[in-house]
Formats: sequence, structure tokens, C-alpha cells
Amino acid sequence: MADVIEAGAARADAPPPAADAPRGGARAGRAGRATPYLFLAPYLLLFGVFGLLPILLGLWLSVHQWDFQLPNRPFVGLDNYKELFSSDSAVYGDWWQSVRATAIFTVFAVPLLVVVPLGLALLLNRSFPGRTFFRAIYFAPYVLGVAVIGLLWRFLLDANLGLVNRIAGMVGLPADTPWVTAVPWAWVSLVGVTVWWTSGFNAVIYLAGLQDIPQELYEAAKVDGASAWERFRHVTLPGLRPVLLFVITTTVLASANVFGQSFLITQGAPGTETRTVVWFIVEEGLRDNDAGRAAAMSIVFALMLAVVSIANFRLFRYRED
Amino acid sequence: MMQNEMSRRRLLGLGLGLGAAASLTLAGCGGDDDSSGPAAGNGGKDYTGPKVDLKLWNGFTGGDGDIFKALVNQFNTEHQNIAVSIATYQWEDYYNKLPGAASSGAGPDIAVMHMDQLATFAARGVITELDDVAKTLELSEGDFAPTVWKGGLYNSKRYGIPLDMHPLGFYYNKGVMQKAGLDPNKPPTTKDEYTAALTELKKSGVQGFWVSPFQFTGGMTFYSLLHQWGGSVFDAEATKATFNSDQAVEACTWLTDLIKQGHSPANVGQDADYLAFKSGKNAFNWNGIWQINDLKKSPDIQWGVAPLPQIGTQPAAWANSHNFTIVKQRANDANKVSAAKVFINWLSQHSLDWAKGGQVPARKAVRDSADFKALAEVNALAPELEYAAFPPAAPGLGEVMTTFYNSFNEAALGKKSPKQALDDGVTKANKQLEDNRKKYGS
Repeated sequence: MADVIEAGAARADAPPPAADAPRGGARAGRAGRATPYLFLAPYLLLFGVFGLLPILLGLWLSVHQWDFQLPNRPFVGLDNYKELFSSDSAVYGDWWQSVRATAIFTVFAVPLLVVVPLGLALLLNRSFPGRTFFRAIYFAPYVLGVAVIGLLWRFLLDANLGLVNRIAGMVGLPADTPWVTAVPWAWVSLVGVTVWWTSGFNAVIYLAGLQDIPQELYEAAKVDGASAWERFRHVTLPGLRPVLLFVITTTVLASANVFGQSFLITQGAPGTETRTVVWFIVEEGLRDNDAGRAAAMSIVFALMLAVVSIANFRLFRYRED
Repeated sequence: MMQNEMSRRRLLGLGLGLGAAASLTLAGCGGDDDSSGPAAGNGGKDYTGPKVDLKLWNGFTGGDGDIFKALVNQFNTEHQNIAVSIATYQWEDYYNKLPGAASSGAGPDIAVMHMDQLATFAARGVITELDDVAKTLELSEGDFAPTVWKGGLYNSKRYGIPLDMHPLGFYYNKGVMQKAGLDPNKPPTTKDEYTAALTELKKSGVQGFWVSPFQFTGGMTFYSLLHQWGGSVFDAEATKATFNSDQAVEACTWLTDLIKQGHSPANVGQDADYLAFKSGKNAFNWNGIWQINDLKKSPDIQWGVAPLPQIGTQPAAWANSHNFTIVKQRANDANKVSAAKVFINWLSQHSLDWAKGGQVPARKAVRDSADFKALAEVNALAPELEYAAFPPAAPGLGEVMTTFYNSFNEAALGKKSPKQALDDGVTKANKQLEDNRKKYGS
């Protein structure tokens, strides 16, 4: 509608073409064509320097044995990639262990991080006394840095000294659960802490989405005799679809990039079972100075995430059809 | 026409990026050239040139940081023509940051570095040789403990001047010992005494010695025991991992058996062993010398510290050492290098003050002084210098040591038997060592 009005207005206000001013007209036309590029220029520059170039550099690194301090940075072709897939290389075991750890975390964390904040948002969207207080409470943990929540929960979850086992003991549950040193408990802890920590953020996004759904739709549904579940199913969920797509995509990517939680809370224990991909790439590239291998890992990992993201978009598109 | 201009603009953008990449590559090469030979001056006796500013990086983020800063301030007031400024980072960040900073010219002139990092940074051309400093200052093995002095070498060349050494010590909680009927002034020193003490503690309901599965401090405890049994982590040339030897398995089993026998809980978390010690939940903790100052801040706990008990066939203790190194510069400034040497020498001589930060000075004269002996707790660990098990000098060992500590982690958490965990670790470590050989060509 806006387009129509503007077009009409432009037509109405447009001065008659000045036959005697071809140069001015040409200049305006040129500037008009350049405008979008001028707007794009800062972004293209930034994208080129900080997006495209690092990607190209990463590809370049990944086909070399690259330690920027050593005089020899021999070209090794696809060796860095091959060793990720051949079981007798030094990194094979650690690499797939880290992929497995990341996958486990993502598979368990994402559904919870999509559903729990939605429930929270639905509750916080109702009007009741103290609503703002609860909104603040549930958002509060997200404000804390990963170092803070990592240390906090490492002590709370400590098997022998921690408060969690102490409380479990008081209510008659086993008081010696190894929350951070044995699987599957370590995964329960990591996922649980992450849900506690980041639910507030997704909930805020959902809240914004919920408030965008026109109230009339609910009223109309009520008039038609729809139950609360039916209103949720046929009004709320469709209304939230773009928000859901956003939340799911960003949550999958954020979960796949998990690093700080396991680095601080479980420290990879037991053994290297909870060491994630990003952590392992950081170790290889920055601590062990094997930038080539780390670059190859990053690229393989990025491809894996791309596949997941595309599948995710596909899924939502089909639903829309 | 516009299109052309646009692509020029884009080209410009790309050009900037490529330029940055090129200078990065150049910077990388800067680290390679070996033009910074022995500098002018007399290797560190004094410095009389024009005023220079020196940047010094270190990782002393704890209580030791303040003492270090005070020492540097003192140096600055005593030397009109040298101004040392300090930057402090977490050790881990520090080691990640240093190579890039050094090769781009933004690095420090002097860097404090752990002994086990020297070989890696020397092989990667980040730090420079210091043989002439040692020669001019007439420093030799006799001035230090031989183990610490030799640790500063890589390929028979000196890269580090040792400042201190920090071993693992044996902390005992006197209050808990007393309650269990043990003499709090006679901490156990042998295997038999140790197990007897643990048995007494168990009778009074105390799990006496918590076995941590993590590098801090269980891994370091295992490292010490492995050497006590006469084993080693690597062979002499650090070309093969040997931490699945019979001795290693025996040492590891002794520790994991403590868990089975109920002297330690299972699944001890990071720092839980030390927190339990401080709160009187256990009696013994093998921990770094750096905890002395922390314990001094806790007036409620009665504690003592002694050399590690001898559980295996010979005494041994994990230890590491802080070393001074001089960072290679892109533009070689002989004045800065000689001023840096003066600083290193001065601080090494003043390491008594450093000892107050909770470290054993590397310099023998300082260790033998009455003033050092007055620092009772730190002095108690000085004898360990004779048999301290320092990490071997080979580039790229950090990664392999992580594998070592992870193997112990699996054993201590009961995921694998000690033999299985160590065998698996050695298989992986040998592959990593082979990779390192290819990379560093040693």
C-alpha cells in the first residue's frame, strides 16, 4: 500500500521533464544507479576484509602445514582433511570425539532451548502481578558471562562438596551423583546449565513475537469456540513461525559453537568426552600452533553446520507450502 | 562507467585486505630471520647507553604479581636509563598471544616463560639465545640447581635464565591429623607411614587424601609418583612416550587404589581436593608451592608443608620453573637487548624478594642465605630441588602432555583401567610426537 501512495505522490509531484537540462538529468540518473552501491560499500568493505578474506585465507591455510612462526609452511594438499577421516592419524580420534560431543550437546540442548523459553514467554505474556519482576529474574542469568556461570556451577555441581548433591541427599535422592566427571551426568549438567543460562534470551524474542500477534485473532477464535490448546495451535504457533525459525536457527548454531561451558565446568572430563569441536579447534590452532589443521577442521565443521541450517530452512519452507 | 568505478572501489577494498595479508606474511617472515646475534654491550653487567624503554610480559596474575611489580619498580628507580613496563596476562592467553605479537613487532622485549615452553618458543624463533649473558655474568650450573639450569637449554643453547622453581609440595592439615590421633608435627614421609596414616584417618571417618582426576593437582601427583617409581613420561630424547611402563602403571594403580579402598572419594572435581583440605574434610593434599600464600590467608586452618613423601623407590616431585627470555625483535636494537640483560641479571640477584611470593629462588646464593631460610614454608620445599622432575626440552610437548593428563583423568575416573588408559594415551602421544618431529624437524 505504501508503495502505491509513494508512487502516486511521486507522479503527482514530479516536475515536467526539463528539456533544456539533459546534463542534470543524466547526473541524477547516475547518482540514482550508484546509490545502492554507495550504501552497500561500507558493508562490502567490511565483509571483504573480515568475512571473505578470512574465509579465503582459511582455505589457503587448510592446504598447508601452517605455523606462522616456522620458516617452512609446506603445501600439503588435502592432507589436513584426509587425516580427519583416516583412523590412523593423530587427530582422528580426538576430532570425531569432539564432533560427537558437540552433536550430543546440540541434540539435547536445542529442543529444550526452543520449548522451555516458549513456555516461559507464554507465561510471562499473561498479565499478573509481578510480571516485570519475573521477566527480569528469568532474563538475569543471561547477563552473566560464561566464566561466571562456569565457575558458579562447577562448585554447585561438585560431586563431593557441591550444594546440588547436598540438597539431593536431603530430599532422599542419591547424594553422590558425579555431575561433572562422568557421562551421562556431565551432559545433563552442561545442557541444564545452558538452559538456565540462555533461556531468558530466547524468551525475550518469543515475547516480542507474541506481542506482534493481533489480539483480534484470539478474540475471533474464542468466539468460534476454540479451546486454549486450539488457540495456541492455530493462532499462536502460526503467528510465531518466523520467530521460531529465527530462534531454532540461532540456537542450533549457538549450541554447535558450545565451548565455554564444557571448558570451565567439566574441563572435558571424563577424559576428553565432553571436549567440543570449537574447543578442539582452538587447542589445535592457538595452543599447538597448527593453524593449517585447525583451518581444515573449521571448514569441515562449517560445512556440517551449513547442511544442518539448510535442512532447517527447508523444513520450515515445506511447512509453509 | 559506474560499474567500472564500483569494481575499482571493490578492488581497492580487496587490495587493502590483500595488503594486510601480505604484511601478515611478511611479519611471519620477520620472525624467521636470525639477524639478532649476540648483541653489543657486555652481556648484562651494566648498561650505559641512551635511555631505553623495555616491555616485559608475564603471567603472574596471583599474589605473586604484586611482588613482581614492586621488584620492577625498584629496578626502575635504581636504573635511570632503563624503564621497564609490565603487562600481565593469564598464562594461557599469554602463550597464545606472544608469538603473533612478537612477529608483528608489538611484542615485549622480555618475556617470563615456563621451562617447558622454552623449547617450543625457541624452535619457533620467538625467543633468542642467551649464552653470552650466562658467560658474561659468569653464571653456571654451580650458581643454580643443576636440574633448573639444564632446563634452560634447547639444542645445547641457552634460551632461559631461571628465576625460580615451583615444585609440588605435601600439605598436611594438622587439626585433622590430631583428631585422628596422628602426630601433627610428624607428617608421613614413606609409603608405609603414609598408608598407616590414611588408615588411621579412615578410622576417624576422614577420607584422608583426595585423588583429583585433573591436571591440577591429580595429574601432577601422578607425574611425581611416576618418577618416584623410576619411570618417565618420555624417553631421554622425547621421541617416544613411555608413560605406560610397568612403573607408570604401578604408580597410577597406587593412586586409583586409594579411591577403591575408600581413602579418597570417587569423582573429585577440579579444586575440590584443595577446598576439602582447607575446610578440614581431608588431611593431605599434594599441591603447588603457590598455595602457601593462599593458606597463610586462612587463619582457621592449622597446616604444614613438607617435601612429598617417598611412595615409590626414589624421591621425586613434579616441578616447573619460571625463566626470563629475550624476545626476538623485527628491528634489532642492541641497546634494548643489553638493557634487558641488565634487568634479568638484577632480578635474578634479587630473587629473595621473589621467594616471598611463594617460589623457591633458582639462584643458589639466594637459597643459601639466612633470609631465605627464614621463609619457613617455602624453604621447606627447597630440598626438592635436588630431585625435581622437570619437563623435558622438546618443542610441541604441550599437546602431548595434555594427552598424558587426559589418560590419567580416564584412569582416575574409573573409565578405564590404569593399564588401558595409559596404553591408549601412549598410542596417541606417539602419533603426536611423530607429528611434532615432522613439524619441527628434530
